[in-house]
Amino acid sequence: MSNRDAYWAKTKNHMIITLVIWFFFSIVIFMFGSELNTMTFLGYPLAYYMTAQGSLLAFVIMLFWCTGKQETIDEEYGYAEREDS
Amino acid sequence: MFKGGFIQNLPKIYGLYTGGFAVFILLMAVAESAGVSAKNIGVMFVVFTVLIYAFIGYLSRTVQVDAYYVAGRQVPTVFNGMATAADWMSGASFVALAGGVYFGGYTYMAFLVGWTGGYVLVATLLAPYLRKFGCYTVPDFIGTRYGGNLVRACSVFVLFIASFTYVTAQINATGTIASRALGIPFELGVWIGLISILVCSMLGGMRAVTWTQVAQYIVLIVAYLLPVFWISMKLDAGIFPHLMLGDEVARLGELEQQFGLVKNSAADMKAAGVPGGLKYISGPHAGVPEGGMAVWKYLSLAICMMVGTASLPHILMRYFTTPSVKSARRSVAWSLFFIFLLYSSAPMLATLSKLSLMDPTLATGIIGKSIADVQAIEWVQRWSEVKQVFIADFNGDGILQLNEWFMRGDVVVLATPEVAGLPFVISGLVFAGGMAAAMSTADGLVLAISNALSHDIYYKIIDPKADTKKRLIVARVLLVIIGAAGAYIASFRLTSILGSVAWAFDFAMSGLFFPLVLGVWWKRATREGAIAGILAGISSGLLYLLYVYPKFSVAIWGVAHDPWLGIDHLRFGMIGAPICLVTMVVVSLMTKEPDAATQKMVDDCRVPTGKPILGSQH
Repeated sequence: MSNRDAYWAKTKNHMIITLVIWFFFSIVIFMFGSELNTMTFLGYPLAYYMTAQGSLLAFVIMLFWCTGKQETIDEEYGYAEREDS
Repeated sequence: MFKGGFIQNLPKIYGLYTGGFAVFILLMAVAESAGVSAKNIGVMFVVFTVLIYAFIGYLSRTVQVDAYYVAGRQVPTVFNGMATAADWMSGASFVALAGGVYFGGYTYMAFLVGWTGGYVLVATLLAPYLRKFGCYTVPDFIGTRYGGNLVRACSVFVLFIASFTYVTAQINATGTIASRALGIPFELGVWIGLISILVCSMLGGMRAVTWTQVAQYIVLIVAYLLPVFWISMKLDAGIFPHLMLGDEVARLGELEQQFGLVKNSAADMKAAGVPGGLKYISGPHAGVPEGGMAVWKYLSLAICMMVGTASLPHILMRYFTTPSVKSARRSVAWSLFFIFLLYSSAPMLATLSKLSLMDPTLATGIIGKSIADVQAIEWVQRWSEVKQVFIADFNGDGILQLNEWFMRGDVVVLATPEVAGLPFVISGLVFAGGMAAAMSTADGLVLAISNALSHDIYYKIIDPKADTKKRLIVARVLLVIIGAAGAYIASFRLTSILGSVAWAFDFAMSGLFFPLVLGVWWKRATREGAIAGILAGISSGLLYLLYVYPKFSVAIWGVAHDPWLGIDHLRFGMIGAPICLVTMVVVSLMTKEPDAATQKMVDDCRVPTGKPILGSQH
């Protein structure tokens, strides 16, 4: 397997992991909305909290993690851009 | 004071700008206490901010193709994040989102999840690869990846339908806010709004839009957050509402029990003469509706908004402006962060606003009080005059019940500062914020449409030999025409017929999502597959919309149809996108594999280093 193929395989893998987490916070949680709402977080019913703030926050954190991870993959395979901000 | 170029000094420039804006707010506060009328303060807020945007637009004028289409590809990561957030958050988000949560509760908040979760798709599937490709517009990618004018034209067609649906709603919002703040008729407000939008974009294209959007983001986020924190303190709900409103949410649940959630019959509402567009609270604030159908409706709406987000050209093209692939990726994360600041505050504003109206123990509470008293309140009178609030005493007991209080959703944002007893300077600020939100989105959309027409249709298909000067003249003329067409439609208030901004997401999702994603992620995708997919997706989506939206189906078939599996007009992308995917895969597999050059192009766009596929002058 060439370096480029290995890089793409790893990138693809990373994409799939990210989307699995995304699927959990955007879909799976809300499949159990009424069950989750019996629990509380910060005093809010849990499902209400997730849709008002929790999942949104999870997406933000996830994206910063995801870009950081992708940058290490770029470095590892020598595809990191040199001059940028 | 400023060493180095404009880009190096951005933090300083926008720091000064923010400081200047804060000074302006303070000046207005002083003016208010000195007796300047509320109306004049509103006028000054809107005029002052719009003049600043126009000034930035003028300073950013350009005669270069690269600067006009992609801001010279030198917008730093964080600033591009702010610009995208302003591009994204429309006048509707700004004025209507909190109102939606106020009336819709949990169910409505599927929009919040959808409008943020989509950025995960943008970051992982599209933005970095499209940036590497080096295209000017979204159809530019599709046209180059699949090759040929037909597929390019098809994608321009989808872009046009999706963005134009959206832009009329934005110009409409600009007109509404301008007319309320300046006290002029709506039709005039629309044209003034259009002129403000055009001065920001015409001279400098993407470059001017970028720098005005950053300025608009700063205004809109201050205008949204300041009242939320202030009201929260005023109600003693806590200094950081996002973490501290648990008790208030629980209290709303108690009050819902106490007053009862009653559904009015359509006949009662008609007999009482409730004006159109006004709503009342009939569902729980935090409660989750029971049943599989409710879950499906929530999820299908979230999916449509997420996938639609990842296919809207005016958002994707913002990531063409960053200096590198890495910064395009990071910039998506920053965009979402800046969007999160506003979106996570909308439910808090809705909670506070609802509580201040519903809680009879608070001075501001109106539910459960005598109707005569409520009608004597100044803000109730003012908003009743313009038919934004309405009272109907259904049971004739002279007491205002929860189901007897009607209000337009926008009022939650526009009037809550007033209801909670904040000084008028805050209401003026909110007007300026709403104007900024509507203008920034309209700018991005008008530019997305006119760039696709000028670059992909005029330059790539009609006259590939046109020189730079001619291309930019055509681009500007188209910009004015598209803007004027949008304003013309908006001035007839046809937007109520055009329906919801959610349609733009469904259109984009039906026709563009899979051709874009498979273009990067599936080398086997062919030109024929893409053409068939785009056409099948957009036409099936459109047909289903005609079938399911009562106004259309009554006009065509004479009867209204029941939605199939709960897929109503807000969710028609659930029909279009899968059809697009299946058609595209089947037709691709039936046709000849793309040639080696195309495969190499896809390989190259998948790695961050190396030359972009399309050069800087194409």
